[in-house]
Amino acid sequence: MWNIMLGAPQYPEPLGIDIYINGLQGQSEFDIQNIDGLNHYIGMKTLPKPADMWEFSVFPKVVLAMAFLGVLIGLIGLFKNISPNWFLFWFILMSVLGMLGVYDFNLWLVDYGTDLDPNAIMKLVNEAGEPMQYNPPLIGHKKLLNFDAFSYPRTGGIMLFVGMMLTVLAYFVGKKSLNK
Amino acid sequence: MKTRKIKLFTAVAASLLLASCGPQTNNKKSGGALSSSAAEKVYVAPGEHDEFYAFLSGGFSGNLTVYGLPSGRMLKEIPVFSQYPTSGYGYSEETKPMLNTSFGFVPWDDAHHPDISQTNGELDGRWVFINGNNTPRIARISLTTFETEEIIEIPNSAGNHSSSFITENTEYVVAGTRFSVPIPQRDMPIKDYKSNFKGSLSFISVDPEHGHMDIKFQLMMPGFNYDLSHPGRDKSHGWFFFTTYNTEEANTLMEVNSSQNDKDFIAAVNWKKIEEYVNNGGGTMMPAEYAHNVYDESTHTATTTMKKEVLTVDPLKVPGAVYFLPTPKSPHGCDVDPTGQYIIGNGKLSADLTIHSFDKMIAAIEAKKFDGEAYGIPILNFDDVLAGTVKSGGLGPLHTEFDGKGNAYTTFFISSEVVKWKLGTWEVIDRKPTYYSVGHLMIPGGNSRKPFGKYVVAMNKITKDRYLPTGPEMEHSAQLYDISGEKMELLIDFPTHGEPHYAAGCPADLIKANSKKIYRLDENKHPYAILSPDQAKVERKGNEVHVYMSTIRSHFTPDNIEGVKVGDKVYFHITNHEQDFDVPHGFAMIGQNTSELLIMPGQTKSSVWEPKKVGVWPFYCTDFCSALHQEMQGYVRVSPADSNIELSWSLGDSDEE
Repeated sequence: MWNIMLGAPQYPEPLGIDIYINGLQGQSEFDIQNIDGLNHYIGMKTLPKPADMWEFSVFPKVVLAMAFLGVLIGLIGLFKNISPNWFLFWFILMSVLGMLGVYDFNLWLVDYGTDLDPNAIMKLVNEAGEPMQYNPPLIGHKKLLNFDAFSYPRTGGIMLFVGMMLTVLAYFVGKKSLNK
Repeated sequence: MKTRKIKLFTAVAASLLLASCGPQTNNKKSGGALSSSAAEKVYVAPGEHDEFYAFLSGGFSGNLTVYGLPSGRMLKEIPVFSQYPTSGYGYSEETKPMLNTSFGFVPWDDAHHPDISQTNGELDGRWVFINGNNTPRIARISLTTFETEEIIEIPNSAGNHSSSFITENTEYVVAGTRFSVPIPQRDMPIKDYKSNFKGSLSFISVDPEHGHMDIKFQLMMPGFNYDLSHPGRDKSHGWFFFTTYNTEEANTLMEVNSSQNDKDFIAAVNWKKIEEYVNNGGGTMMPAEYAHNVYDESTHTATTTMKKEVLTVDPLKVPGAVYFLPTPKSPHGCDVDPTGQYIIGNGKLSADLTIHSFDKMIAAIEAKKFDGEAYGIPILNFDDVLAGTVKSGGLGPLHTEFDGKGNAYTTFFISSEVVKWKLGTWEVIDRKPTYYSVGHLMIPGGNSRKPFGKYVVAMNKITKDRYLPTGPEMEHSAQLYDISGEKMELLIDFPTHGEPHYAAGCPADLIKANSKKIYRLDENKHPYAILSPDQAKVERKGNEVHVYMSTIRSHFTPDNIEGVKVGDKVYFHITNHEQDFDVPHGFAMIGQNTSELLIMPGQTKSSVWEPKKVGVWPFYCTDFCSALHQEMQGYVRVSPADSNIELSWSLGDSDEE
């Protein structure tokens, strides 16, 4: 769905986290372990295993259910004339769920970036004197100490977005043909 | 008075200036335009990689050094035959067996001639082999880990010099003896050398999958000195050629007495014929004692097996297997061109190179045109096998390599130069001085069917003024020449470690993708490895204490140990839990009578400490592993021998064990 890359001068091959709908995986085999190794200096919790987050078990079900619903509406639309509002309805529902998902994702990033061990080896403050926050950006680039963090959607995320846009297209096409 | 001083000064300065413009500096420093293009050719920008790997033998360092070409940067020293405190090789419990021999633990050797494994006569970049000259041994080094994986001792050999050259499918690595000796060894007068001593030529088979070595047979030759060798290739595949000297069989004042014959021999050995003979049950098994040391990458541990017998072959029992090719003046290098047609004898006391023709040799053998025999081995007629002579104008040819474009390059020790000449016409095309007294040279792939004829490295025996002086002892010097054009061009000088006697090189692309970054912790089968820190423990077995320890940035688990007593033998078995590239941890204990350890990610190494004094003694990580490297340390409490303090260990505040 999503990918976060961490590059630094001493990491010419950046460390990366691939976020799947049902868990995290290192871009290279040992990246998660090595990111955890670095994070222990600043007192960050170790990255979550699938069992640590209810999202990794619930999200796949929600996405599967929505996909099933979407296909169902599409099939019905193909063989029977139904109101294009059904497409709009699916799109709005998916958008709300998607936004909730992204909101939740961001909560986790902030939680990991700020809920740090008070006995951390390195306790750094920002220019304002506040404790440093280490959450990577939701999307785009952010400088975290010596690391450049890049966060972007991957195939799953992009496909989801494209799918949603097609529904919108279906809605308009449907509406147009009704008007004729 | 003052003006006179100034005038004098000016005069001196002018004469210095004149001197520095003199002709004698022309060959030392080339002109501005030339040198700038040379600089571009060897400049490898920061972060860029070299085009070629070069593996230079370390000579009396006992090791192998890895260089990048064309930059001439030294990338690594690989310990082979010598203890190496930098990594703990030969000091750690796991690697001590690598240096076992039938003479006991031998922590040094004289490493001579590296050769890269081949498939179909082309470099395959899997292993590099190298010989130990002094206590005869052959080592195999992995080119994925760049670690010595195997060392086999050669019995019935002394001065393992005409080694370690490999046949074109790495069927055999071949090791010939320099000294002839009584075989089997026995108490006898030295003066009875002649016709009583023998020279053994060992053919060591190489397992195609794992590279494991095994002596297939030893050919028992007359008591000459076997100097260098090379396999036939392509059309001459199946043959092996050895230069000899001291065919006089002298045993004293050798520099005079072994240089009397106008011609010595190149021995041509049809090893396929002997292999067939041996496979059909031929040969005589004789008692012998030699060590075979194998390092297992999964247990990170070497083991020694003492072998008890070796198969010997009498050349006279295999008709048609061995012939002598008369070759002038104590030939040194024995080199075969990429087509396998020409066998070059580098007569080190002459001005000329002698080139034998493989086709003519076969024709002479078939026509049975012999010029006598030596100890029953037929001698071919010099003129019948001669392909040509290079009238070089130089003196003291030692060794020849090839560029794959029909040219050969020969080093001349006495006249200190590299000479380029043409195969077939034997004309000299170019010559360039070396600084100074070149021994051997190397073109990547230059002794295979497919040379990469872009550079030649000349390895010199004498350095003198080439670098800033460093006292009487200096590193040797090498020169890199561009050989892509008609004329050679000197590009760069670089120091070499120990004394390179030969080198092997290959395109970086053949090796670099396979170079290992870490050892997988989940594949670690070391008996004392711990795969997670909660398995850390300390065990007592009588006066032996075994510490099962792990490391990760940046702490040891455990880091406090109590209950050790004076007189104990403490084994630290340390597993590096990192799985990140280039994050080794080190280990050193105060007062330890051995070296540190350097433990690669996923690896386990063991170090012994025998505490002699009561107290609390620290240990620490020797490799700067992180910003908290300096904090990576611990203590061992040592109590009197009769104390009854129980063993305990911990990490952090908790006292749990």
